[in-house]
Amino acid sequence: MSQSTVDTGDLVEATAGRRRRGALSSEQTKTAWLLLIPTLAVVAFVAFIPLIQTVYLSFTNDRLASARPTEWIGLENYRFLLKDTVFRDSIVTTVKFAAITLTAELILGLLIALVVNSSFKGRGFTRAAMLIPWAIPTVVSARMWAWMYNDIYGVFNDLLNTRLGLIDRNIAWVAEPRYSLWAISAVDIWKTTPFVALLLLAGLQVIPSDVYEAATVDGANRFQQFYRITLPLLRPAILVTLIFRTLDALRVFDVFYVMFGARRDTQTMAVYAQNNIVAFSDTGYGSAISVAIFLIIGIFVIAYVTTLKVEGS
Amino acid sequence: MEGARSSRRLLGRVAFYLLLGLIMIYLIFPFYWAFRSSITPDNDLFTTPVQYFPESPTLDNYKQVLQDGQFTRALLNSAIVATSVTVLSLAIGAFASYALGRFKFAGRTPVLYIVLSMTMFPQIAILGSLYKMVNRLGLYNSLWALILTYLIFTLPFTVWVLTSFFQQMPRELEEAAYVDGATPFQTFYRVLLPLTAPGLVTTGLLAFISAWNEFLYALSFTQTPNNFTVTLAIFRFEPSTTGGFEIAWGRIMAATIIITIPLVVLTLIFQRRIIAGLTAGAVKG
Repeated sequence: MSQSTVDTGDLVEATAGRRRRGALSSEQTKTAWLLLIPTLAVVAFVAFIPLIQTVYLSFTNDRLASARPTEWIGLENYRFLLKDTVFRDSIVTTVKFAAITLTAELILGLLIALVVNSSFKGRGFTRAAMLIPWAIPTVVSARMWAWMYNDIYGVFNDLLNTRLGLIDRNIAWVAEPRYSLWAISAVDIWKTTPFVALLLLAGLQVIPSDVYEAATVDGANRFQQFYRITLPLLRPAILVTLIFRTLDALRVFDVFYVMFGARRDTQTMAVYAQNNIVAFSDTGYGSAISVAIFLIIGIFVIAYVTTLKVEGS
Repeated sequence: MEGARSSRRLLGRVAFYLLLGLIMIYLIFPFYWAFRSSITPDNDLFTTPVQYFPESPTLDNYKQVLQDGQFTRALLNSAIVATSVTVLSLAIGAFASYALGRFKFAGRTPVLYIVLSMTMFPQIAILGSLYKMVNRLGLYNSLWALILTYLIFTLPFTVWVLTSFFQQMPRELEEAAYVDGATPFQTFYRVLLPLTAPGLVTTGLLAFISAWNEFLYALSFTQTPNNFTVTLAIFRFEPSTTGGFEIAWGRIMAATIIITIPLVVLTLIFQRRIIAGLTAGAVKG
């Protein structure tokens, strides 16, 4: 008898607890959304609404500060975009730049990461020094390099021509179309490789050292260890870095604008869009270019987000 | 035999330090070059062959840059914008990160996806409508335009990184607070927020650096020198005295060094935290 009373009591207690927990979780949901409101409001105001408006503008002949009323012109901007050779050139420039810089940054970054991963005196300082190019504004690195590229007083021409005689004349690295894309890529590679190296280093440090010890016992040499262990285990880090950098390279603006301005033969998609919007006040057509860039980058973002597991992180 | 092995090891060691030395030169040389150009007088700067070590170093370039009201104004503007954006992002973002990091609720996953994709949002994609919005609100050519629009890239990043900091905290902490009868807000303010101080410093620093370095919006939304930020001041550098030379490279390099110094100091002090924050933001798996 007493036994059963206890049971009933427990049961009542348990039910109440479940109910309380249920109430708590709906309470939690309410609180959570309350906490999210400011962030979501800001994101809506500065990103989502402008994005929708950009899409709308891309279907109009809108111009900033124009007396002519804005009219809906359907796909006219996009039809023009498909025939626009300047835009086509800007895609080619952007993709070439992305391919050059990504390849160099991954190879060089991996090399630097491997060097810095071994233990030596001054390792902490080296890692800190690697952050500095990443931390400075791109405008600053572009200006620093533009001066080093100077055709008369630049250090590169002095070193390669005057001192070493490896080239037989001073080269205008930035101005000559043959060299300009390579010159500008070198600036981005210098600024970003250390950062890539740090991301890869974080991946390297997760690889347990006993894997290498076992491989050494089995008689695998350094190169075999690199190809059979390091590279496969580093794959996730490389993949993330690759996608991350692709997004940055596709929307590149600063370094091109500072070094070239809106030069027709070497402008990126972002420079072309900005120039249409701000310099030409052509907000309609500029928005169509923006939407095109957004779609191209959006494909990569979707790939990125699905690659990473948001849940349970 | 022993000798051969140890000499091979020595050779490996030498090769390693040679490689390390090359890497360090590659990293540091452009900074050295900017510095040496900043302390070289114009007469020596614009001569060939180039001087690798300035023969008559001078601080004239720094004096001129700092006496130039436009550049100091730009420094002040950047400090105002970057600080405001950082404080706003932390104040708004901390709430959201707390919700995302500590609560289980319907809709959490979609919100996380939105935040993550927002961290990669290309700023150029909304330039046209932001340009119109800034003009319509009467904010064109004002620092407010920058403070408002910079939130696009600082806020989602802040939320994303801070969320991972909140997730790392042991559950017992807030359970203890709840048992003591604290509300979620009290738990947040009294218990969790003080403990996330390192996370706040890291994310705040990263937000500050990205706002300090921004160029596209500063270029598009400001027009007159009194509203320039440092990046714009460097880009449109027009010192009052060019000394007869086309571009005042010595002054420009002095200005880049001045802008770079605070970033170098911050980076060296907080390097561990920055790397931790960046890996949390970028390589979150």
